[in-house]
Amino acid sequence: MEESLKQKFIKTVEEFTGMTGIYLPDDVEARLREMAEQETIANAKTMYDCMLKDLSLAKELHRPLCQDTGVIQYFVEVGTEFPYQAEIPEILVTAARNATLNTPLRPNVVEPLGEHNTGDNTGYGAPYIEYELVPGSSDLRLRMYMAGGGCSLPGRSKVLMPLEGVEGVKKFVYQTILDWGVNACPPLCVGIGLGTCAATSAMLSKKALLRPIGTHSSYPEVAKLEDEIREGLNSLGIAPLGFGGSQTVLGVNIEAAAHHPATLGVGISTGCWATRRGDMIIHADLTSEILSHRKSLEV
Amino acid sequence: MKKVLTTPISYEQIKDLKIGDTVYLTGMLATCRDSGHRRVVKDKIMPEKIDLKEGAIFHAGPIVGKDENGKQYMVSIGPTTSRRMEAAEADFIEQTGVRLIIGKGGMMEKTTEACKKFGAIHCAFPGGCAVVAAQEVEEISDVEWMDFGMPEALWIMKVKEFGPLIVSIDTQGNNLFENNKKIFKERMDKLI
Ligand code: SF4
Repeated sequence: MEESLKQKFIKTVEEFTGMTGIYLPDDVEARLREMAEQETIANAKTMYDCMLKDLSLAKELHRPLCQDTGVIQYFVEVGTEFPYQAEIPEILVTAARNATLNTPLRPNVVEPLGEHNTGDNTGYGAPYIEYELVPGSSDLRLRMYMAGGGCSLPGRSKVLMPLEGVEGVKKFVYQTILDWGVNACPPLCVGIGLGTCAATSAMLSKKALLRPIGTHSSYPEVAKLEDEIREGLNSLGIAPLGFGGSQTVLGVNIEAAAHHPATLGVGISTGCWATRRGDMIIHADLTSEILSHRKSLEV
Repeated sequence: MKKVLTTPISYEQIKDLKIGDTVYLTGMLATCRDSGHRRVVKDKIMPEKIDLKEGAIFHAGPIVGKDENGKQYMVSIGPTTSRRMEAAEADFIEQTGVRLIIGKGGMMEKTTEACKKFGAIHCAFPGGCAVVAAQEVEEISDVEWMDFGMPEALWIMKVKEFGPLIVSIDTQGNNLFENNKKIFKERMDKLI
């Protein structure tokens, strides 16, 4: 790959990564504004006002909207015809480092067990990168997520007995949010995965979290469960920030896979009111478009 | 009307505050989190550059930047989970005489008792609103315990109408988040 092209590629990913720490994705911001408007309790309204003020100050001053800019995670769908496949890992690591130093993002990454802070959010296995192949496509689809501390803490997965059924799934989700939701800065984005084992259920829950708010599972029964759990969680009234208000979540997404008849795996991944994720397409000629922040980048 | 506390915070200023009240802080504020609490409570070492008696601390780890003149300023500073400091906070209050503890979420029984006994309150700053908080910091006046690194060091700041701060533990032994927990639990029991 020609050096000038490589630099362009790095710059594109770097700017996308830094931008994600400053602006909320369109779906999260729209839903947050909607919830702020719907809120009737005075103290809760004060909290929403503060969040919205934070969003506009972050844009104006070009600073990370929350000081915890998390650990950077990339989820990459690589078209089999995309020309620069071999360079992708190096480009992502360099972009994460540059975005950390130049935005600046908070250097969070500490090496496994040693706890030594690397100073630039890269390290052994960091940023976290996951790849998927897309046959026939010449594009690279890049999704990124900033995994903050407080909002990652509620995450867990468990294998239930199939007899526990849908009620068991709901109970597990409600209990988890009740125990851990307050410190995860609600209103929350809740991703739920249903599968066979703890690992696949956890992976599916992350996939669910990456899906925009307001979208539904294409499997009708699962889509119905999304609505039920959203209503259930909202009736707890934990948001904003555990002070207590009329709702709890920005959204609930579920990804499910056909599973073993003897197990019912369920995983949960949560994002905070400041759920920072981005979605972009990079074409073969390295032109690109950001899908997740169309509205916020206009202003 | 905004209710503003000013350092040094007398008992008079906080004694009638109730959980759920909104207040603001003007004066001196020091960040102090896990390592700082350990140093005060376990190692019995007090900060030298600020007297915390009738003072205020903030459970927070900031992003600090330098301006053109090389002066440090707050880029982004938001609260971190207060519950992590629960094991040390009661002793911290007793040893320092601090009156106002600011953080994220609530604290528990031991801290609640200490607040009542020694005349202190815990307030929650809205989590994640880190640029709002940074804009309410007038200047960084000093820093110590840099050996802990940027997030854990004790940053001493001059703040103006810092808030909103919601009283989560008052001087009468009331605890907002513990009360809320019971309410949320009752609502959940109805669901399943
Ligand atoms: S939970 Fe989210 S908003 Fe709250 S401090 Fe962590 S990253 Fe920031």
